[in-house]
Parts: sequence; C-alpha cells; structure tokens
Amino acid sequence: MNEQENNNNNWDLVIRSKSSFFDINLVDLWKYRDLILLFVRRDFVANYKQTILGPLWHFITPIFTTVMYVLVFTKIAKIPTDGINPILFYMSGTTLWNYFSSCLSGTSSTFTGNAGIFGKVYFPRLVTPISTIISNLMKFAIQFFLVLAVMVWLFLKKGEPIYFGWNWLLIIPLLIVMAVLGLGLGIIISSLTTKYRDFGVLVGFGTQLLMYATPVVYPLSFIADKSFKWLIVINPLTYLMEAFRFALFHHGTMSIYLFYSIGFTFVAFFIGLMMFNKVEKSFMDTV
Amino acid sequence: MSEVVIKVENISKQYRLGLVGTGTFYHDLNRWWHSVRGNEDPYLQIGDTNDRLAKGESDYIWSLKDINFEVKRGEVLGIIGKNGAGKSTLLKILSRVTQPTTGTIYAKGRISSLLEVGTGFHPELSGRENIFLNGAILGMTKTEIKSKFDEIVDFSGIGRYIDTPVKRYSSGMYVRLAFAVAAHLEPEILIVDEVLAVGDAEFQKKCLGKMKDVSGEGKTVLFVSHNLGAVKNLCTRGILLNNGKIALDSSVENIIDAYSGLDVENFAERTWNNSEEAPAFPDKVVRLQSIRVLNQDGLVKTVFDVKEPISVQVGYWVMEEKYSLDVHLYFRDNVGQTIFVAMSNRGSVQKGMKQPVGLYSATCTIPANFFNEGIIWVEYLICLNPHIGLNVCVDNAVCFDVIDDKNSNGARGNWNLPWPPAVVRPNLSWDVKQIERSNTV
Repeated sequence: MNEQENNNNNWDLVIRSKSSFFDINLVDLWKYRDLILLFVRRDFVANYKQTILGPLWHFITPIFTTVMYVLVFTKIAKIPTDGINPILFYMSGTTLWNYFSSCLSGTSSTFTGNAGIFGKVYFPRLVTPISTIISNLMKFAIQFFLVLAVMVWLFLKKGEPIYFGWNWLLIIPLLIVMAVLGLGLGIIISSLTTKYRDFGVLVGFGTQLLMYATPVVYPLSFIADKSFKWLIVINPLTYLMEAFRFALFHHGTMSIYLFYSIGFTFVAFFIGLMMFNKVEKSFMDTV
Repeated sequence: MSEVVIKVENISKQYRLGLVGTGTFYHDLNRWWHSVRGNEDPYLQIGDTNDRLAKGESDYIWSLKDINFEVKRGEVLGIIGKNGAGKSTLLKILSRVTQPTTGTIYAKGRISSLLEVGTGFHPELSGRENIFLNGAILGMTKTEIKSKFDEIVDFSGIGRYIDTPVKRYSSGMYVRLAFAVAAHLEPEILIVDEVLAVGDAEFQKKCLGKMKDVSGEGKTVLFVSHNLGAVKNLCTRGILLNNGKIALDSSVENIIDAYSGLDVENFAERTWNNSEEAPAFPDKVVRLQSIRVLNQDGLVKTVFDVKEPISVQVGYWVMEEKYSLDVHLYFRDNVGQTIFVAMSNRGSVQKGMKQPVGLYSATCTIPANFFNEGIIWVEYLICLNPHIGLNVCVDNAVCFDVIDDKNSNGARGNWNLPWPPAVVRPNLSWDVKQIERSNTV
C-alpha cells in the first residue's frame, strides 16, 4: 500500500511513529475546550471540599505572608519600598509571585501527576497545563481583589493615594506574559521529568530561590548600585514584577528591558511547546 | 465490500526493560548523537521477541513486531492472546496513549477506547460533577453530556446518590456510574479492553449487552479479552497474538481453536519428569507424576464446550507398599470458589488396601452439561485413606475453559441471551404439561 493512496483516502486520524516538532494540534485542543473548563472547576471545587472557610483561604495566606514580610523586611531589615506603602508593596508582590510560582509548580508535574489518566485515555495533553494556568488565574483574581480592598481601606483610613488610571490596563498584558512564562517553563520541566526525575526535585527549592532573585521583597531601585545587580537583571521576572508595581502604584522601574522579559517568555513558551509535543506521544513508556 | 475504517501498517513497539537511571541516560545520549549525524537509532537493531518466560540477551524487547491488519466498518474484531502477547500494547497504540516505535495507523471516524471505566473520577466531587468530568475526558462536549444526562443517571440506577461525593459510593455504585458514562459515548469505533470483565456478573452482562447493541448499530468494535465465551458470542473475526506477532487472522472459531492449541502443556497438562522436583509426600513414598485434561477422544485440550464430557487424568508413583491412598480433585472457578470436590476412594481402589509399588493413573470424568461457562482450575491432592495428616497437593495444577457455542442442544434450549450467572449448568429434565383446559382463573 503506497503513501499516495493512503493520503487520498481521507483518513480522520493518522497515528505515526515519528512526529515532527511543530505538529501541534490546535483544532484538537479547541474540541476539548469543555474539558479545560471542567478541569478548572474540578481544581477549584475539590480544593475546598470539606473545609469550613473554603475559598476564604485564598485571603488568609497572602494576609499572613504580608504581615510577616512587613515585620521582617520593613521593621527589622529596614528595606525601603520605593515610596509605596509596605503593606501594599508586599501584598501586590506576593500576589503576582504566587501566581507565577503556582503556575510553574502546577504545570511542571503535568506528566508525572496525571500518569494515571494519561495512561488510560487520549485527550490533548496540553489541556492539563492550560487548565492549571486558568485555575490559578482565578486564585489570582481573588487575591487581587484583596489588594484592591486593602488599597481602598488605606485610602479611607490614612489617605494613601490610589493611582487609578490608564496604567492599570497594563496589568492584563503583564499577567498574560506571566502566565505564558509559567506555562512555558512548567511544560519544559514536565517534559524533562518524564524520564529523569531530577528536575522535579529542582523545581521545589528552585522557585524559592528564584523569589529572592526577583524584586518581590525589595524594589529594584534598592539594589541599583550593588555589584550583584546583574544577577537580578538577567532574571526575566524582575522587570515584569517592577512593571506590575508601576502599573498599580506609579512607582517602580519601567524600562526597555521589559521587552527582554517578553522575548524570553515567548522563546521559553515555544521551546516548551515543542518539547511537550514530542514527549506527550510516548511518555507513558518512560514515566 | 464495506469500507475499511482502521488500517494498521507495520506497527512495532519496543520497550526497554529494567530501571531508568544513569545507564539509560548514556543510551539516550548515544541515540541523540546518532540522530544528530543522521544515522538510525542504534537500539532499534537489537531487541528480543516478546516471550516473558525466556530470559533474553538484550535490555530491549519488541512488545509488538510488524503488525498489519485492516478492520472494516461494522466488524467486531476479537483480539486474543496469552498474558504478555502484546494485546494491551496494541490497544494503547490504537487509543493513542502511547506511540508506536515504527509503523502507521490510519483510522476513520471517532475512536473511543475503554481501557478502564471511571478514568479521572475525582473522589471529592459528586456523581453529577463526575459525569460531566468523565464524559469530557472521554471526548464528549458539555452539551452532549447535558442532553444524555438523564439517560446516564437512569442507566446507572443510582439517581438517589447523584449529589453525593463519589468517595462515599460503594465500589459497585462507582463502577455502575462509570460504566453508564462510557456506555453513552457514541463513537464510530469502540475499543474495549478486558477490564470490563471485572465487576459482578450482572454488570458483565450489562457490558456485553451494551457492546452487542453497539455492534448492532453498524459500529466497529475491537474487543480484547480472555473470556473466550464472550469473544465467541460477540466477534465476527479474530486475531490471535503470540509473542508480539499476529499468529492468526481468521474467523473466531479458528482463532479459539488455535488459542487452545497454544502451549497446551502450560494450561491443560502438567508432568513432573524430574523425580527430585516432583511434589511428593514428606517421606517420598508417593510422588506426583502428571495431570492432564482430556476430551472424550483422549486428547489434551484447554477449551471445552459445555456439552462435552471432560476427563481429568492424574498419574502418581508409589515407591513403597505402605499406604492406602485417596486422590482428591478440587474444581474451582475463576474467583477461587470451589465448585465441587471429587474423591477417588469410592472407585476401584478398595478401602484400606495398601497400594503396591508402581505408577498409577486415575481418571475422573465430569459428564457433559455440568459446568457453566468460564475458566475452571483444578487442584490435585493425594492423601491417606483414612485421612491422617500426610498429603501432597498442587494448587491450580491445570486449568481449562468451558465455553458455549450457543447451538440449541443442552441446557440452553433456544435461550439465546447470555446464560444467567451460576456455578453449574446441568441439563435437567423438565416436564411441562397442560393440566387444565380453561381460561377462567
């Protein structure tokens, strides 16, 4: 049977032994869009079954983290916060950081964590990391409202200014870049961990270390003249974080380096997609 | 001639045995280096055939090798083979869970595979939420599930618990719900694994009934099973896999005959030629020599029709004229339940008579129309008569399969549905007559 004849036959599905790097089936992914939403719902609902406070836990974590950061970094270490109220500074920082780190850790266990389902039924594997990104976005939205509530509270109580304006529109593209970066790095790691688990171990403390290399608990201006500045500057997250604060508070560093972050993000995302696409077909044999 | 809906061309699948570690990393680097230079994967050249009994030379094994076949629309194809023959690998490739090492598969229409029911069920979510989740995982859209929701709940018969988290369900309810979802998929091609053979008999019947419905609608079904009776009932064609290759592609009858002829000694016949290794009394006076399952022509067989008599013949050595012996045969079904026990003490050997030195043979014949369909395991035991301590026994010494070809002799009569779950199926005599000629009550 020759190839020509098979092509003329209008097969709906062709399963091949070799697949090219760029063979990403977006049509298939679109067909499974309901599954993405159901996974998001599952993640959200299942997390708070049999808890009393339910989604309120989303408030409790950032509140306590912020209290700790204010105590340690402002009161004890006396690190400046770029003229932003320390509570808002840390709360906005941890909210965005939490979004990135939960996207990264969630997507990086895509293959190892879902081997049970993946081994039994086919659906586009990309459904799982995408649903992780979206369900984390819901968590981010809840926490972001907390930031806004605190902002209003501080305005009423202490007369802290609110920098509401066009600059807030920047938040949306920044979030998208953050999500794509988390997804890209996450699927790179998940593709690497199917055979060798070493990278999975790395992710846990790697993200913790990365947080200190990102201006979450200090502003970029604070380390502007330090010798290790390059270490912070090559981190693509740095300018995303700073731009996020700039968008919210009109304080912080907005620079041309933001394009470096965006460029890095899309390169990571495409490498991730290619690796994921390659691995998803046969990972069941090695996972 | 109807249209070909699945075409499998030269499918092979290689697996690496053993652990993944530093050693495999070296192989990966080497493979990558070959691909960079445009050479072929060096590890594809090697690899043993898939025989789990033989100890191979290589770390690589061909679980499937050069599989070619076509399936036409409306065909029900049964795939059978021993454990490890490559059936599951073939199913995994067809359902796109894993990729073949070489070869291509072409298919037409929506394929659904049921390698397991209840995939992706989340214990914390309610039955209702899980119907949607599981349905979507199996490839249905939300609107599709919504339109079939009531039907699914009806079919499952657990309407009252639909808003309870599935972790509170009994395992039976869980499987019912899971199967109800799977049963309402409407694929053009359905791939079913023998996992559906778990669950109670009623459930199995429901599964097989549903599959029959599906094939009746002109859908194509690929069915993998050890249950030869089900294969015989459902399938129109069969493929026999052996050691990763297609041993036969033919009618179901031919496939089942070939399967039962495969490695007969592993199933229906066992001999102990080595006197050191043969099971024996602790004092070595009695030693087991053989056990085999025979049909009425005295041929060793693994598959019997319900309407055939079945003989179990055992052999044993007596090394010293010391004991009066009694042979016991335990017949058990697939779940280990003892169907009956046969003892030789009421046969030709006189009670209390010491058996002289020599090789003995004892044959027990089970009449036709006795077992129900299914796999029967036999335990072989020799003890003293009267029974005082000393004995030798081999559990699951042999096994055979009883199937029903559904022609109308025997206990079945003209009943053509699956036989109700029962341990035995005797062909009893019935006397039905009219005793009053009136239509008043």
